[in-house]
Amino acid sequence: MRKWFKDGDPWIWMTGGAVALSLVMVYAVVWMTAAQGLVHWWPKPVAETTFIERDGKKIRLIGEVRKREEVSVIRLRESGYTLETQDKFTHRYLIKQGNRDITGIDFKWYPGPMLGEFAYPRNLIAVERREWGHLYGQLRAVKENGTVVAEGEAAWPALQERLSRSNALFKEIHRIEKVDIGKVNYAMERLRLKERKLQLQSKLTEADSAAFAQQREQLAGEFSALQERIEKLRGEIARDTLVAEVMEGQQVDVPLANVADAIMPNDMNVLQKTGHYLVKFVEFIFDDPREANTEGGIFPAIFGTVLMVLLMAVMVTPLGIMAAIYMREYAKPGPLIRIIRISVNNLAGVPSIVYGVFGLGFFVYFLGHNIDQLFFPEALPAPVFGSPGILWASLTLAILTLPVVIVATEEGLSRVPRSIREGSLALGATKAETLWRTVLPIASPAMMTGLILAVARAAGEVAPLMLVGVVKLAPSLPLDGNFPFLHLERKFMHLGFHIYDVGFQSPNVEAARPLVYATALLLVIIIIVLNLFAIRLRNRMRERMKGLEGV
Amino acid sequence: MEKIEANITKAGGYTGTRMSKDKLFKHVMTIGGLSVIIAISLIFIYLASVVVPMFMPATMEPLVRHTMPGATAETTVHLTAEEQAEIGVRFTAEGGVSFFNIADGQSRGEARLALPAGAKISSFATGDLAQKAVAYGLADGRMIVTEQGFKVTFLQDTEDSSKDIRTISPSLAYPLGEAPLLVDDAGQALSKLTVQHRGTETTAVALTEDKRLVMAAFESRENMITGEVTTERSSIELPMVEGEIRQLMLEVKQRDLYVLHGERFVSHYDVMNKREPKLVQTIAVVPEGQTATAITILSGGYSLIVGSNTGEIAQWFLVRDDNNVEHLTHIRAFKPMGHAIATLAPEHYRKGFLAGDIEGNIGLYYATSNRQMLTRAAGSDPVLAIGIAPRANAILVQNGNASVQTAKVDNDYPEVSFSSLWQKVWYESYQEPEYNWQSSAATSDFEPKLSVAPLTFGTLKAAFYAMLVAVPLAVMGAIFAAYFMSPKMRSVVKPSIEVMEALPTVILGFLAGLWLAPFVDNNLAGTFVAIFMLPSSFLITAWIWHKLPEHLTQRVGPGWEAALLIPVIILVFWASIAIGHPIEAAFFGGDMPHWVTNELGWNYEQRNSLVVGVAMGFAVIPTIFSIAEDAVFSVPKHLTTGSLALGATPWQTLFYVVLLTASPGIFSAIMVGMGRAVGETMIVLMATGNTAVMDMSIFTGFRTLSANIGVEMPEAAVGTVHYRLLFFSALVLFAFTFVVNTIAELVRQRLREKYSSL
Repeated sequence: MRKWFKDGDPWIWMTGGAVALSLVMVYAVVWMTAAQGLVHWWPKPVAETTFIERDGKKIRLIGEVRKREEVSVIRLRESGYTLETQDKFTHRYLIKQGNRDITGIDFKWYPGPMLGEFAYPRNLIAVERREWGHLYGQLRAVKENGTVVAEGEAAWPALQERLSRSNALFKEIHRIEKVDIGKVNYAMERLRLKERKLQLQSKLTEADSAAFAQQREQLAGEFSALQERIEKLRGEIARDTLVAEVMEGQQVDVPLANVADAIMPNDMNVLQKTGHYLVKFVEFIFDDPREANTEGGIFPAIFGTVLMVLLMAVMVTPLGIMAAIYMREYAKPGPLIRIIRISVNNLAGVPSIVYGVFGLGFFVYFLGHNIDQLFFPEALPAPVFGSPGILWASLTLAILTLPVVIVATEEGLSRVPRSIREGSLALGATKAETLWRTVLPIASPAMMTGLILAVARAAGEVAPLMLVGVVKLAPSLPLDGNFPFLHLERKFMHLGFHIYDVGFQSPNVEAARPLVYATALLLVIIIIVLNLFAIRLRNRMRERMKGLEGV
Repeated sequence: MEKIEANITKAGGYTGTRMSKDKLFKHVMTIGGLSVIIAISLIFIYLASVVVPMFMPATMEPLVRHTMPGATAETTVHLTAEEQAEIGVRFTAEGGVSFFNIADGQSRGEARLALPAGAKISSFATGDLAQKAVAYGLADGRMIVTEQGFKVTFLQDTEDSSKDIRTISPSLAYPLGEAPLLVDDAGQALSKLTVQHRGTETTAVALTEDKRLVMAAFESRENMITGEVTTERSSIELPMVEGEIRQLMLEVKQRDLYVLHGERFVSHYDVMNKREPKLVQTIAVVPEGQTATAITILSGGYSLIVGSNTGEIAQWFLVRDDNNVEHLTHIRAFKPMGHAIATLAPEHYRKGFLAGDIEGNIGLYYATSNRQMLTRAAGSDPVLAIGIAPRANAILVQNGNASVQTAKVDNDYPEVSFSSLWQKVWYESYQEPEYNWQSSAATSDFEPKLSVAPLTFGTLKAAFYAMLVAVPLAVMGAIFAAYFMSPKMRSVVKPSIEVMEALPTVILGFLAGLWLAPFVDNNLAGTFVAIFMLPSSFLITAWIWHKLPEHLTQRVGPGWEAALLIPVIILVFWASIAIGHPIEAAFFGGDMPHWVTNELGWNYEQRNSLVVGVAMGFAVIPTIFSIAEDAVFSVPKHLTTGSLALGATPWQTLFYVVLLTASPGIFSAIMVGMGRAVGETMIVLMATGNTAVMDMSIFTGFRTLSANIGVEMPEAAVGTVHYRLLFFSALVLFAFTFVVNTIAELVRQRLREKYSSL
C-alpha cells in the first residue's frame, strides 16, 4: 500500500478524476439545457386530482404536473401546512394549474400527502390563450354571438373549425397593426422631422407648410382607413366564444379572439403530439413574444442577435486583419511591438462589462450625443444616436472581439513558411503582391477562425449589451420595410439578454422557465456549432501549414 | 531583403504602378493598424478621463466684492440665491429683502416684508433651505412666513429665433398668507424663533421676551370639494432649560428640536407629538472651557454642525441605541478653521456646509466624506453672514457692513474621499460606522453611501470561491491531460474544454440561479457529501483497479483513467444526493439550511457563494486548463525521458521534473483565471442576491463591482458622482485584469524562452 502511494499511482488517478469531473460538468450543462429545452414544445398530459385544503375541504385540481421533488417536512410546515407525519421528508408537486385570471396564480407547489390519485381524463382541454396564460378544463360548448351552436361531443370539432377562422383573422389584424399602421406612423414621424428641420433652418415656406399639411392629411386618411378595417375585423373575430368548465367547477367563457391554440393532450397519439411539437417549434422560432416575453416566440431576439453579430463582423474583420498585418508584416520588430502585442493579447482578458461602460460613455453619450447635435437637430430633445442602439452595441462588441481576430490572424500569418514569401519575392513580386497573392490566401483559414470565434463570443456576450442597446422588448426590428430599411439607431432584442431578462426579471419565472431553457438551448447550439467549426478549421489549417513547411 | 528589392528596382523589374501600389498598401496597413491600436488604448484614456475629475479638488473663483445691495444700515440675517445661481438674495433683520446679480452685484429689485400696521419685527428664522421658507417673529407674539419667489419666463430672441432669452423676476411670496400667525398665546414678543414649513405642515418654536419656550403647530387642510384651505393650530409651552437660550433649531420633518443654551449645551426635544413635547437629553457639545459659537442643521434635518470659539467644527446626530433610545452623539470632527467660528451655513440639498470665522476666513466642508474642500480669506473682519446657492455652485459672504462678496464654486464631487470610498463611515441615522454602498434612493434628503469596500470585497470573495473550485480541478486536469492522457482521449477532451470555455456565461448564470441554487438548497447535505466523496472515490477506484488481476486492467491502456472515472463520478454523485436527505433527517433536524440558520446562527441565502463558486469555477476552469496544459505539455521531452530512464516512476518524474519546470506556466494560468473570475458579470449577477454584505460565509451572497455596474449603470445620470464612480469601478477592473494578464504573459514568455534554451 505504501509503495503504491509512493509510486504516485493514486495521484495520477486524482488528476484523472479532475479531468473526468470537468468533462462531466460540461456535458451535464449541455445535457441539462438540451433535456429541459427540448421538452418545451411537447404536449404534456393534463392531470386531474384532488387536494385537501387547510380547512379540510377537498377541491379538484386540474393541471400539468411540472415537477416532483423530495422536500423536508419542516419547510412545508413553515409554509403553513399541517402534516401529521413522523417522516422528515416527503414529496411535493409543482402543478401548472393555469387559469391565472381566475386563481391568480398559475404555478403552485402542492404537498404530496394532501393530493389524491392522479387521473388523466381524455376530455380535458388545454387552451393556449394570448392573455392570462393557459386554461385547463373541460369543453362544454361553443357559442356564436352568445348563442350556443355546439355542445357536448360536437363542441370539439366545432371549436377546431372556428379556431382556424379566428386565427386567420387574428393574423390579418396583427399584420395590419404591425406592418401597415407601422408604416403610416413611420411616415408621419419622418414628415414631422422634415418640417422641423426646415423650420430650424428657417427655410419653411408657406408652400412647404401647405404641402406638409396635405401629406399629413393623406396619411391621416390612410390611418383611419386602416383603423376602420381593424375595427371591422375585430368585430368579426369577437363572434365566437368557447365555454369551458374549470377546476373550481364554474363555466368560463373564453372569446376565441384570445385563443391561440386548443388541444386535448390526453387524447393525442404520438404522431399528433409530434405534429404539435413541430408546429410549436416553428412558432417559437418565428413568432413575437407574448405575455411579458414568457410565452410565444423569440423571433425578434434571434433577428437582433444575428443582425448585431453581422454588423459587428463587418466592422471587426477589416480592422482586425489590418492591425494583424501591420503588427506581423510591417512594424519593426522590437520591444515596442512586443509591448503592443502583449497589450492586445491582454485586452482579450479585460472583463466585458468594462467594454460596455466604455461603449456607453464614449459611443452613446459622447459620439452619439454629438452626432445628434450635428445631424439630427430636428429630433431634439429626443435622442437618435444619443441613446443606446444596435450600431453602438455592434461597435462595442467589435472592439471587444478585436483581440480575438488579431491574435488568430497573427497566428495564421506567422505560420506561413518563410520559403513561400521568399519564393514570391524572388520571382519579382512586391511585398504587397506577396502578401495579397500568397500569404493572405494561405492565412485565410486563420482569419476565418478568428472571425468565427469572434462571432461566437459576440453572440454569447450579454453584460456589455445591457448597457449599450439591448432591451427586453423592442417595438420594431432594426431592419424593416421602411426607408432606409436598416435602422442603426434602434434598440434591439438579444438571445442572451432574453435569457437573463425572462429568467430573472420576469414576474412569473416559473411560467417562463421552459422558454428560457429553450432559448438557452438555441444559443448553446449556435455557439457550440460555431466553435466546433472554428476548431476544425484551425486544426486543418495547422495540418496544412505543417505540410507546407517541408516545401 | 530590402537590398534585394532595391537591386531589382534598379534592374527595372518593377513598373511604377506596382511600386506605388506596394507603397499604398504599406501605408494603408500601417495607418489602419496603428489607428486600431490607438483606438484600443483610447479605452483606458477615456475611462480615466471620466474618473479623474472626481478626484480633482474643489475650485473657487476669486471673491468679487460688491457694494451692499439694499439698506446698508440694516443687519443681514440671511444670504441665499436662486436655483440658477444668477440672483443673490439678502434678508435683513428689519424685513428688507434685496435681490442682486451674483456676477456684478447689480440690484435686481427690492422688497419689504408686508407688515401689518403697528407690527414690529423682533426675530428672524430660516427653515430648511430646500423648502425656501423663512419667518419673521413679531413683537406681538405673531410671525410671518415668507419665501423668495422667482418667476422664470422665456421670451423669443428677436434677433435669433432659435434662441430664447431667459428672464428671472424675483418677488416675495407668502405660502401661509400675508396675515401673521399667532405663535405665543400670551402675545409676548418673540425674541428667538425657529420655523419649518413643509407641505401642509408648519411648526414654529420661539423664545418669548419673558423667557418662555413656546411651540405652535399649524396644519392646513384643503377641502376636496370647495378647495377652501383651513388651518388647524395647536400650541403648547415647552419645558425650559438652564442658562441663556442662544439658538433654537427645528429640523425639517418637525420631529426634533435642538436648543443651544448656556456656553456649550444642546438640549434635544422630541416634538413629534405636538401636544406632548418631551425634553429628551441635554449634552455638552464642546469640551469644558470652550464655547459653542455657531450651530446649524444640515439639509435633510439629521445632523447638527457645531462650531466653537477655538475654531473646532464637529458633526452630531441622533443615534439609536439597542434599546431604541436616541442619543445625540459626536460623529466626527472636521479640520479646524483656526479661529472662532462666527457663522455656519448648510448646503441646500447635499451634506455640505460653509463656515466663516471671526478673522474673515471661510471654509467649505463636506460632512459624509469628512473633507475640508477649500478655505479662503474674505478679508480680516469677522464673517457676519454666509450663504450657498442651491446647487452649491456659488457662495455669498458678508464681512463688514459695506459690502457683500460672491464667487462661483466648482465643487461637484465632495462625496468622494479616501475615507468615504474605502473606510467605515458613520452615516446619518446609522447605529455605527459601516461599509455601505447605496448610491441612490427615492427621497431627496438621502445621504449617498458610496463605499466601494463592500463591492471590492464581494469581487474578491467571488473570485476566491471560484478559484477554490477551479484551481484544483483545472491544474490537476491539465497535468493529466498533458502528461498521462492517451492521445485518443486528448482529441475528445481538448475540444470539450474549448466548448466549455465558449459557453456563454449568461447560460451558466441562468443554470446556477434557476437550477443549481434551488437544487443545492434542497440537497445541502448531499452536496457536501458529494464534495467530500468524489475525491475519495477516485482513490478507492484507483486501489480497486490496482488490486484487480492484471489481465483485466491491461485491456485498458494507460491514459484512460479519466474515462474510467466518469461512471464512478456519476454514481457517487447520485449516491451522495440520495443519502443527503437521510443524513439531514438524522443529524440536522430534517432540514440543513434551517439548521444552519437556527443552530449555527449563520445567515443563509439560497443564492450563495457555494453556488457562485461552482458556476464561476466552471467558467474559469477552461481558461486555467488551456494555459496550464500548454505549459506542462511543452516541457522538453528529453527531461522526462531522462528522468524515466534513471528509474523514476511517471508520477515522480512529473512531480520533480515536469512540474518544477512548468510551474511558472501554471502560475500564469492561475493569474489569467483570477483575472477572468474578477471581471465576470453575468454569473454573479444571476447566481447571487447582489446584496453588498461583507462576510466570508459560504452561505451568503455578495455584490461585485462588475454586477454593480451592470445593475446601476443604465440608471446613473451622466456626469454625477455615481456615474463617475461606476466608471471608476470599470477602470479598477480594467487595470487589475490588465496588470494581472500582463504579468502572466511575461512569465509565459520567459518560460518559452527557457524551454527553447533547454
